[in-house]
Amino acid sequence: MTDPIVVAEGLHKSYGSTHALRGLDLTVPKGTVCGLLGPNGAGKTTAVRILATLSEPDAGHARVAGHDVVREAGEVRKRIGLAGQYAAVDEKLTGRANLRMFARLCHLSRREAHRRADELLERLGLVDAADRRVSGYSGGMRRRLDLVTSLILRPEVLFLDEPTTGLDPRSRGEIWDNVRELVAQGSTVLLTTQYLDEADQLADDIAVVDHGQVIATGTPDELKATIGDRLDVVLDDPAALRPAVTVLKALAGTDPTTSGADRLSVALPGRGLRLAEIVRELDRAGVAAADVRLRRPTLDEVFLRLTDRKELVR
Amino acid sequence: MTDLAPTLGHRLRWTFTDGLTLVGRELGRLRHDPGELVAALLFPAVMVVLFGYVFGSAIQVPDGGDYREYLMPGLFAMVTFGAVMGVMTRTATDASRGVMDRFRSMPMARSAVPFGQTGADLLTGLLMLAVMVGAGLLVGWQPHRGLIPTAQAFLLMIVLRYALSWVGVWLGLAVKNDQVADAMVPLFLPFTMLSNAFVPTDGMPGWLRLLADWNPVSALTAAARELFGNPGAPPAHVAWPLAHPVTAVLLWSAALLVIFVPLSLRAYLRNGR
Repeated sequence: MTDPIVVAEGLHKSYGSTHALRGLDLTVPKGTVCGLLGPNGAGKTTAVRILATLSEPDAGHARVAGHDVVREAGEVRKRIGLAGQYAAVDEKLTGRANLRMFARLCHLSRREAHRRADELLERLGLVDAADRRVSGYSGGMRRRLDLVTSLILRPEVLFLDEPTTGLDPRSRGEIWDNVRELVAQGSTVLLTTQYLDEADQLADDIAVVDHGQVIATGTPDELKATIGDRLDVVLDDPAALRPAVTVLKALAGTDPTTSGADRLSVALPGRGLRLAEIVRELDRAGVAAADVRLRRPTLDEVFLRLTDRKELVR
Repeated sequence: MTDLAPTLGHRLRWTFTDGLTLVGRELGRLRHDPGELVAALLFPAVMVVLFGYVFGSAIQVPDGGDYREYLMPGLFAMVTFGAVMGVMTRTATDASRGVMDRFRSMPMARSAVPFGQTGADLLTGLLMLAVMVGAGLLVGWQPHRGLIPTAQAFLLMIVLRYALSWVGVWLGLAVKNDQVADAMVPLFLPFTMLSNAFVPTDGMPGWLRLLADWNPVSALTAAARELFGNPGAPPAHVAWPLAHPVTAVLLWSAALLVIFVPLSLRAYLRNGR
């Protein structure tokens, strides 16, 4: 594994009586996309705000691009980009004027600022809209301008806080393409999202956050493997439901969930079972199945299981 | 000490440069949204006509004299106080839309944002004063005491405006929400009306008069009347700020700056922590 570029250890943060972070640990290797996944209020945004130097932790510490986010915040700011849930640009200025202004504030010379603005507009396909006021942009265009604004200094680490919340599928796809392109050029991205498919699409590693802590980490595949494959069965005849439940329970060791009168689903432990074996067992019990499918769990199922289990532990 | 000096100089230089960039931002906004500029400039002109002719037709100036001559210093003061609302609204909009977060996550000079915002407001303020002077001259107002006192009067307005714009920065960071800020804007009117800007305070009930006499709007109005030589000189026994209006305005400005510059800088640095 390459050197970690983001390291957070034991971050705590409270706002009044709300305990937003309770000892969050996180490591992001250089050049990867880390997806911070969690329900609303899990502490994702608070974590990003601390790592992006907007907020200070009550306890714990974090280093981003080799610098402490509290003691060397200025150094960190030179190496990061932040694009948020809001399109944080001046709506009354044009796209180009926004980029030039932010580039100047990043201390590029006037000439460089102009050149960088043109270059970024070109790259994100915003040239046509460059001289229109942002207030006339669509939601997707605003987010892309917001994203591009965070790239002015070619950041080593890019924080994307729910970059596609509220966007239509096409705009989401465009943002995803932009992110992939950035990573291909060597940036590290820390992405928070509540969309599991977004994490599945973009992230090399996922950290599931709940109640201010990371409760699971791994690649999407690893996380899926932790809850095993899923077996879905659709019956020919609802009357066979009871014997089918018995068969599946014997195979999986847990009670299957049923939906409707003729559908069953169960998580299989490990990867030992083959489809043929399952069909044979059903046959032996006299269960006629219209459809038997063995599949990987979706990240949704992983997520629900993980956040559920956490509830049980508490 | 030796290695501290260049760092400080470096920081000051960037604070100034970044502040200028943000002044440029406000100018850019005005250029891209001329409607707002026209509205902002039209407002004082409308006030001159509205108060000058509608109210002026019924109001008697205490020791004689033309009401529009009496009114103009009050309108200058009113426009000056508009700085609080303007800066508050812009700051709150930046804070609620995430623009402030973006500034704070960038390697720019930290205090440049409030300095840029107040600097930009000063430019809008100058433009508005210029329009007001034009409107005033058109309706028959003029300064009577010569160049130096006239210049002093405008200088007082500018100094107080700058101090007031810091109140706006602080308020904007305190409310953090552009809708709340917008809802607060109408409060501006009673605040400026509760003064000697449009009518003398002598006729007000005692408790109200006390408020009006100590309102900084009154001090600025009285100072401008005195320096322009416009009618409305205060009677013999009057509250201290109206008896010494120039000193009062300078003290108000100093006090506002001393209180609100540190408060605003602190609020900016700690915003969202």
